[in-house]
Amino acid sequence: MTQALRIFAKPWIWSFVGALVVWLAAISFTGGYGAGGMITAALPLAAFTVIVGVGQMFVITLGPGNVDLSLPANIGLASAVAMKVMGGDDAMVALGLLAALASGTAVGVANYLLIRVLRIPPIIATLSSSFIILSIDISYGRGLQIKPPPAFADFANFQVLGVPVLAIGTVIFAVLAGIALQRLIYGRSVLAIGQNMRAAWLAGIAVERTRFLTYALSGALGGIDGALLAAYFRGASVDIGNEYLLSSIAVVVIGGTSVAGGKANVPGIWGAALFLVLLLTMLNTFGVSAGLRLVLTGLIIVGVITAAGAPRAP
Amino acid sequence: MTSSSAVRPPRLSGRARSYAQLLRTLLPALSLTLILVAIAYLNPRAISYFGFNLMLNLAIPIALATLGQMFVITINELDLSIGTFVGFVGCVTATWVREAPLLGVTVLLSSIGVYAVLGALIHLRGLPSIVVTLGMSFVWQGLAILLLPQPGGKAPDWLLALMALKPPLVPFPIIATLVMALVVHIGLMRTSYGAVLRGAGGNPQAIGRAGWSLFTTKVAMFALAGTFGVLSGMALIGITTAADANIGNGYTLLSIAGVILGGGEFVGGRVSPIGAVIGALTLALAASPLLTFMHIPPDWQVAANGAILIVVLAARALINRREAAR
Repeated sequence: MTQALRIFAKPWIWSFVGALVVWLAAISFTGGYGAGGMITAALPLAAFTVIVGVGQMFVITLGPGNVDLSLPANIGLASAVAMKVMGGDDAMVALGLLAALASGTAVGVANYLLIRVLRIPPIIATLSSSFIILSIDISYGRGLQIKPPPAFADFANFQVLGVPVLAIGTVIFAVLAGIALQRLIYGRSVLAIGQNMRAAWLAGIAVERTRFLTYALSGALGGIDGALLAAYFRGASVDIGNEYLLSSIAVVVIGGTSVAGGKANVPGIWGAALFLVLLLTMLNTFGVSAGLRLVLTGLIIVGVITAAGAPRAP
Repeated sequence: MTSSSAVRPPRLSGRARSYAQLLRTLLPALSLTLILVAIAYLNPRAISYFGFNLMLNLAIPIALATLGQMFVITINELDLSIGTFVGFVGCVTATWVREAPLLGVTVLLSSIGVYAVLGALIHLRGLPSIVVTLGMSFVWQGLAILLLPQPGGKAPDWLLALMALKPPLVPFPIIATLVMALVVHIGLMRTSYGAVLRGAGGNPQAIGRAGWSLFTTKVAMFALAGTFGVLSGMALIGITTAADANIGNGYTLLSIAGVILGGGEFVGGRVSPIGAVIGALTLALAASPLLTFMHIPPDWQVAANGAILIVVLAARALINRREAAR
């Protein structure tokens, strides 16, 4: 009994509770109709958010001011790169995925170099690089109408017993990310740097290497996400990643990771991603207009953050 | 983003510091001059009363939004909603302010109130301003779409007349940006409460222990940001004559870039109103007129903003490092 209660003391449980509440609200409106379908539809969309959310989590955990604002542009470019390299050919899928991964990693490495060499705050570094990536994507992806290879598109939409394979893969990925965060030297280093960068450095932690790996990882995950999104939505586009600017940061914060750094939580990202996607599903089933949906989404996010954010010590 | 800065300019000896400071202060002006020289070289006819009027067309709203962003950055926060807020204000201006002025003005004043409440919320609950303002950006965008589902509306006549002013000798955008830079400079850099407001970003503990309310400073700065956002939206509609819910979306990134370009630091209350306006002018000029004259396709407009930002920051890092090496 006490064990069952203790789980409610974990910060991440509330994101799952939130997801459950909006799901129940949606199916009570439809009278139970489409309850399972809603989850099946929500899972892959949540998975896309989790993939970039995990990257963003590692970045945010590095400490105040660390955030990757280049993810939307990165995702957009990687989606175009993947589709162009694959060229609709099943044999080229692996190469296309590698290209998207390389494109994303390159963005992450460029971000880190800007931060390191120019000594500018990460927000500005990733912002400036996102300007440039966006232009490259607009110019490179102009009129790109390449469909993903059929096998790749089928894979992205494939389901095992009603569970999308993308979601299964992303759950495994999240477990690995959780292990990396809590058990590997890399993850422990990220947490230590977030708690106190100078103390971490004095303790002999390879601060710069860890920061480099973190930005490269965030970029790489953005790249993979771009390729998968293009497969799922059957085509690349410049604004395919736009919504991930807000959602990648929001799922990290709602999921119980501290914006002050040094405290991260992987399971909460899944809960928060499901919450955000099901929230949109709920508003859609209620039939609210596009404008009202935006207003409500914004207000609920601000409300949840306000409720979840305990007053911080100065 | 309330705690200590990760990137701190190196400590310098007295003379070296003042030299570095001078260079740093001049850097925004230098980059603007460079852009102007490039434009003059590529198209001498652009350097005229008419040319400036045309090229700096959108400088007024951009500069106002940049100043709004600067207030928030002064207290170590960031406003990622200012772009959609400008769009929302634009939609209100092109509809209610024209048709039902009393309602329109009330709505705009209350939206400034919302900004003040956000400042209070962020301070009291220790919330990350990035997430709160990202959430609010959805709210403003949604409200704008509810108000004006299709592009349309019409600017009030007095606003159109104001923005179309043609004063003798000096083009209106130059006068307007100069005036706003000076007003904010005097208010923030030359008054004693301005020093308190900047101190709230530089050393909150010290300001708190000196008996000033950090709550008030945060609310005041967010309210100021809202006020300048309103002015920016109205000025924008005065130029474009009609509104669209997405009209201001680009302003979020432009305004942050303008502040940083103008010599503002991300943490520590180190900002410069005059620099911010110069930064906004640089971006306004570099984004389209310069590229057009250089025959660079509009695809690369956004990249130009990013590249300018990186080049100026690189120059700044270089100055800091060379002075530190002395």
